Amino acid sequence: MPNESKSDELKQDELVKIDYKPPKKDWMDTPVHFRHGTYIYPAKAKNLTYLGLPNPREWSPADEDWKLPDNWKDIILNGMKERLDKYRSFKVFMDICVRCGACADKCHFFIGGGDPKNMPVLRAELIRSVYKGNFTAAGKILGRLNGARGLTKDVIKEWFYYFYQCTECRRCSVFCPYGIDTAEITMMGRELLTLLGCNVNWVIEPVANCYRTGNHLGIQPHALKDMFEMLLDDIQDRTGVKIEPTFNRKGAEILFVTPSADYFADPGIYTCMGYLMLFHELGLDYTWSTYASEGGNFGLFTSHEMIKRLNAKIYAEAKRLGVKWIIGGECGHMWRVMHQYMDTMNGPADFLEEPVSPITGTRFENAKSTKMVHITEFTADLIKNNKLKLDPGRNDKLRITFHDSCNPARAMGILEEPRYIIKNVCNNFFEMPENTIREQTFCCAGGAGLGTDEMMEIRMRGGMPRANAVKHVHDKHGVNRLTCMCAIDRATLSTLMEYWVPDVKVTGIHELVANALVMKGEKERVVDIRGEALKEKKGEDNVR
Amino acid sequence: MKLINILSEKKEIVLKKWFDKIAASYPVNAPSFLKNQKNQFANPVGYTIEETIEAVLDVLINEGTDKKAQEFLDRFVQVRAVQDFTPSRAVDFLFMLKQLMKDELKDELQEKGMYEEFLLMESRIDRMVLASFESYLKYREKIYELRVNEFKNMAFRLLERANLTFEFKDDDPAFEKDVSDSDNVK
Ligand code: SF4
Ligand code: SF4
Repeated sequence: MPNESKSDELKQDELVKIDYKPPKKDWMDTPVHFRHGTYIYPAKAKNLTYLGLPNPREWSPADEDWKLPDNWKDIILNGMKERLDKYRSFKVFMDICVRCGACADKCHFFIGGGDPKNMPVLRAELIRSVYKGNFTAAGKILGRLNGARGLTKDVIKEWFYYFYQCTECRRCSVFCPYGIDTAEITMMGRELLTLLGCNVNWVIEPVANCYRTGNHLGIQPHALKDMFEMLLDDIQDRTGVKIEPTFNRKGAEILFVTPSADYFADPGIYTCMGYLMLFHELGLDYTWSTYASEGGNFGLFTSHEMIKRLNAKIYAEAKRLGVKWIIGGECGHMWRVMHQYMDTMNGPADFLEEPVSPITGTRFENAKSTKMVHITEFTADLIKNNKLKLDPGRNDKLRITFHDSCNPARAMGILEEPRYIIKNVCNNFFEMPENTIREQTFCCAGGAGLGTDEMMEIRMRGGMPRANAVKHVHDKHGVNRLTCMCAIDRATLSTLMEYWVPDVKVTGIHELVANALVMKGEKERVVDIRGEALKEKKGEDNVR
Repeated sequence: MKLINILSEKKEIVLKKWFDKIAASYPVNAPSFLKNQKNQFANPVGYTIEETIEAVLDVLINEGTDKKAQEFLDRFVQVRAVQDFTPSRAVDFLFMLKQLMKDELKDELQEKGMYEEFLLMESRIDRMVLASFESYLKYREKIYELRVNEFKNMAFRLLERANLTFEFKDDDPAFEKDVSDSDNVK
């Protein structure tokens, strides 16, 4: 619950006398208050130890004493110096901001909550002020006049609070005339905090699991196969088609990699069933892997080194299996990693071939270097070439809108393919308002490691702008399904909808494909892939 | 002249001042954003405030419906419930209106019979306060429910996948008896 301190327990008479003006303190002097619902639990020592990360310990952000190592200040300043030398973008972003304010009101956390330190310009300033105070001559001399400040323990607390209230969604960067990417600054902030062992468990545990077993949940190969058995049984139940996919098959043409949430969490499993059905129908020569069983890469939310370590597994597995190229499923940040980091970190993958669709012959030149094709590129190409038999009428009880997931939209530019597929597999599609979709899409507010239950209040707050646009199309067009192509979205948007627009449920794109796909040897389809009646019973009106 | 007529005449100024007071309950920089960004999708909170206070005032001057005002109040409280407010601060915006009316209508309230009318109007506002508080509690409870649900869903799926759960089938013989009746359970 919100701050329960005595002074806030106001009686009605007192309320009318309140002065509503906020404190006029300079932002540098407003310390953060760690209240339940606004911070993520810290990384458990055992996970940090497993990954060989420094300063593992038991502590809580709500404690006064964070048990920082004695030389914490040197660690941070040296860490900053190292990164300023190593990453040119970091140094440039520190130097060139002119404080024009174009980004200020573009962050969903500021829009939804009004905390000024959630304005991207100020979020970056949290670190820039320390940079100025310690690494620039003007800052050292002029101090505060130049926006510089010293490094104190309160600054570290502030970093922790606000760099874990940034979903690294990059909406702000779309509006910056200088192309400053606050998400990159947040990433640097988190890297520095990691040096002090100040990381969050929701990120570090998946990283440790992924490093150990190949996926976030620590699912081992036999358990993973069991999970697939259940999905395959459900597919057979609902379509009459028996599917037998292969795992870890050497010599397959294609390796398919998707986030683990797709085969374990609702509603991702229905999207996963969509992949299975599509590949089966095509007779695609592909394999799943129980080792590269995670498309997600929470290394992205930890450090550059960690991105590299986790991402390397995918190429290593592709090499071991001797596949020609890779298809990746509906994941968000996986594509940011593929698109922006994989090639420089672990590429070039010369042992793979430039992807060519075996069904249509289309050469995916955009994936020439990474050798990895996005599933919506693959499927859109199939539809374009008339290779699929589709019955969009099977999705008629759904009135659909599409949320551009931040990473595929802004870090990769996949805007048309998902829309093309949706329009071909369903008849009722409605766009949300222009300034809330495509490059300007509003974040689900649960990405970059924020999607945990203890952050619920912040998530609902930051997700309000997204939900508000969904509510608009719900009220106006009776929209009852929100489609997206990201596993984090599928989980976090479901909860977000439950709070703000409970009539709307969340769906992946290939779930819609699964419903519409007419398969060889299928029985009459009376239920959708969720096992729910395909058509509303007469007289029942699901459209509000 | 009756109080509702006076309030109706002063509607614009009351709305403006009320909006400013609510906006000022947010930290520095936010108030001017809430006020100046007029696009309803770029500034959903500011837009919600505007819709809500207008609906409330419309009810008080007998131009709007209670239902509409309730809906907007509920929605605005839904927003306040996830913002950085204590419970009392989250619902105090209606008290701001009361104070504002006392300030704005100071002279008029001296006139004969006016104060009685004001008291009646005030109790209508009080009822809205109570309804808002119920909304507040509803949404705070919802937040905790969502937390629990996320946690449960995750745990349940894992158990199910590991074949550690047992599900009754519809045709299970156990369902033929009324198992809820304790007498039948020997
Ligand atoms: S990257 Fe996204 S969450 Fe982070 S400051 Fe920018 S808009 Fe906000
Ligand atoms: S838009 Fe760019 S230059 Fe302007 S304040 Fe934001 S980060 Fe700085």
